[in-house]
Amino acid sequence: MFARRPDPEDGAVVSITIDGAPFAARAGDTVAAALLAAGIAAFRTTPVSAAPRGPYCLMGTCFECTVEVDGQPNRRACMTRVAPGMRIATQMGAPRVAPRPS
Amino acid sequence: MTIDVAVVGAGPAGLAAATRCARLGLATSLFDDQAVPGGQIYRGITEAPALRVAQLGAEYARGAAQVDALRATTAAYVPDASVWSARGLPDATIELGVSTRVAGGAKTHMVRARAAILATGAQERPFPIPGWTLPGVMSVGGAQILLKTAGLVPQGRVVIAGSGPLLWLAAGQLMDAGATIDALVETVPRGRLREALAHAPAFLTSPYFRKGLDLARRVRRRTRVIEFVESLAAIGASRVEALRYTVDSKAHEIAVDHLLLHQGVVPGVELAGAAGCALHWNDLHACFEPAVDEWGGTTVASLFVAGDGAGIAGAQAAAARGALTALAVANALGRIDHRDRDREAAPLRRTLADAQRGRRFFDVLYRPADAFRIPQGDTLACRCEEVTAREVVDAARAGCAGPNQAKAWLRCGMGPCQGRYCAPTVTELIAQARGVPPAEVGTWRHRIPVKPLTLAELASIPSTAEADAAVIRE
Repeated sequence: MFARRPDPEDGAVVSITIDGAPFAARAGDTVAAALLAAGIAAFRTTPVSAAPRGPYCLMGTCFECTVEVDGQPNRRACMTRVAPGMRIATQMGAPRVAPRPS
Repeated sequence: MTIDVAVVGAGPAGLAAATRCARLGLATSLFDDQAVPGGQIYRGITEAPALRVAQLGAEYARGAAQVDALRATTAAYVPDASVWSARGLPDATIELGVSTRVAGGAKTHMVRARAAILATGAQERPFPIPGWTLPGVMSVGGAQILLKTAGLVPQGRVVIAGSGPLLWLAAGQLMDAGATIDALVETVPRGRLREALAHAPAFLTSPYFRKGLDLARRVRRRTRVIEFVESLAAIGASRVEALRYTVDSKAHEIAVDHLLLHQGVVPGVELAGAAGCALHWNDLHACFEPAVDEWGGTTVASLFVAGDGAGIAGAQAAAARGALTALAVANALGRIDHRDRDREAAPLRRTLADAQRGRRFFDVLYRPADAFRIPQGDTLACRCEEVTAREVVDAARAGCAGPNQAKAWLRCGMGPCQGRYCAPTVTELIAQARGVPPAEVGTWRHRIPVKPLTLAELASIPSTAEADAAVIRE
C-alpha cells in the first residue's frame, strides 16, 4: 500500500476507472502511480505461469506493469499518464489477442 | 531534412550535451521518452511541488538549473519521444527511428542528423533473488520515482535491501517523507571495506566522503541496519510477506509489506548496441558498456555516447561528459577547431576529475557479491520468460556457448523487456558454468526496435520513393 503525502501544490483530481471502479487520480500521475495509490499491488498475471506481477522499475525498462489502457492492452503503466475518463484494466488471467479495432 | 545533432535522453548528460551543442550554433533536437525533462535522477524536477523538492535535497534541486539552461537555448526539446533505432548511414550521418506520442496514438518518423549523442543513462542492476518477481518487491529507484513524481510513500513494514550509495540516499528520503523503514539490510560482504580502503585517500578528499558520512549517520539513527548479509529471499504467495536472509550462515526472517531492492546501476546499452557500437565488459562494474574514447566517440562514425550510458560515473560526471561530447561533435561538424575544443574542454575535464575522485572506493566497496549477481537453482534469471538460473547453467553445460544461443534454447531475453533485466545475469551464469570470462561469453545481439512499437506506429513511417520502388511491381 502506498499513501500520498498531501501537498498544497497537489495537482487537480483526474477521474479514471480501474477495472470499472471509479478512482480519483491526480494530474501528472502515471497510471502505475494511480494504481498503487488505489492499493493495487498486482497489475497482471504472466502469460508463462499466471504468476502475479506488479511494477518493479517504474521507468519503462522492466515491462512488469503492463495493463490495458482505454482498450489497448500491454501498455506500460509507468510510461502512461492518466487522463480524464481513462479506463484502466488490470491484465489478469490468460493472455488474449488484442481486440479488433471497430 | 537533416539536423546537425540529435540527442537522445534528457537526463544530466543529454541536457548538458543539447545545451552546449545549441550554444555552439548547431541545430539540435533532444528526444526523451518521458513527458518532462530530468531523466531518472532529476525525475519530475519541473513539476514537483517546492516542498517536495526541498525535502529531496540539494542534489535533486540541481536538475532545475540544467533544464533552465536548455530552455534558454534554441534546442528543440521533444518529450514523449521513444527512440527505437539508431544507425549510421554510408554518408556518416545518423538515422534515428522516433515514435512520438500524440493524441490517440503515436506518430513515427525517421530523423536524420549529422551526428547523434546517445545519453540513455542507466537502469538498476538486476537483483535476482528468490521471489524478486512478487508484487510488493520493487526496485529502490522505482520507489524513489513514485516519491519524486507523485509524492507516494510506501506504508506498513518497509525493508530496503542491497548495496550502494542510492540505498542510503533513498532510505533517508523515504523516511523524511514519512515512511517507516523497519530495516536497511546491507549485502556488502565482510572484508570488502578493507579492500576498498586501498582507495580511501582519494575518497577522503572527495565531496562524497562528508556527504556519505552524514547520510549514513542520519539513516542509522532512524532505522536498524543489518550488515554483512549473505543471502536474501522474498517470501510470499500472491505478494511479498517476508524477507529471509542469512548472516554468518545463520537464517533470519522479518515480516515485510514492501521490499525495496537495489545493488547499483548498469548502462542502458540497447540503442548503442543495436547501432553496432562495440561493447566491452567492465569487470569492476560487472557489466557491458559501449567502447568510447575520451570524448564519447564510439566505433560507429558520428555516433557518440555520453553519461552513465557510456559507463557508470554518476550525475555530476554525466553533465560534464555531455558537455565534453558536445564539444567533440561541434569540432567534428566544423563548428569549432581543435584549439577551441580543447580550451573549452579543460574546465570540464577538471569537473569530471573532481566528480570521479573517490568513486573507485565506492566501486570496490559496492561491487555486488557473486551470490547476488549469479543466482542458483530455481531463482528466476529472466523475469519475462520465467527462465531459472538452473536452466541457464544446464544449457551452458550442454554446450550453449552464449546469450544469443541461450535465447533459442530457453527464450531467456526474448520477453517484453528485451533482456534488460537478465542480460548481465545470463552472461555471468554462462561464463561461470563454462569457466571463461564474461567478455568471452558476450551479450545479446541487440536488435531494433529497442522499444516496443505497434504495427500502426510502424505503418505511419512516411514512405520514400526509394522504399516504394523496392516493393511496388509494375
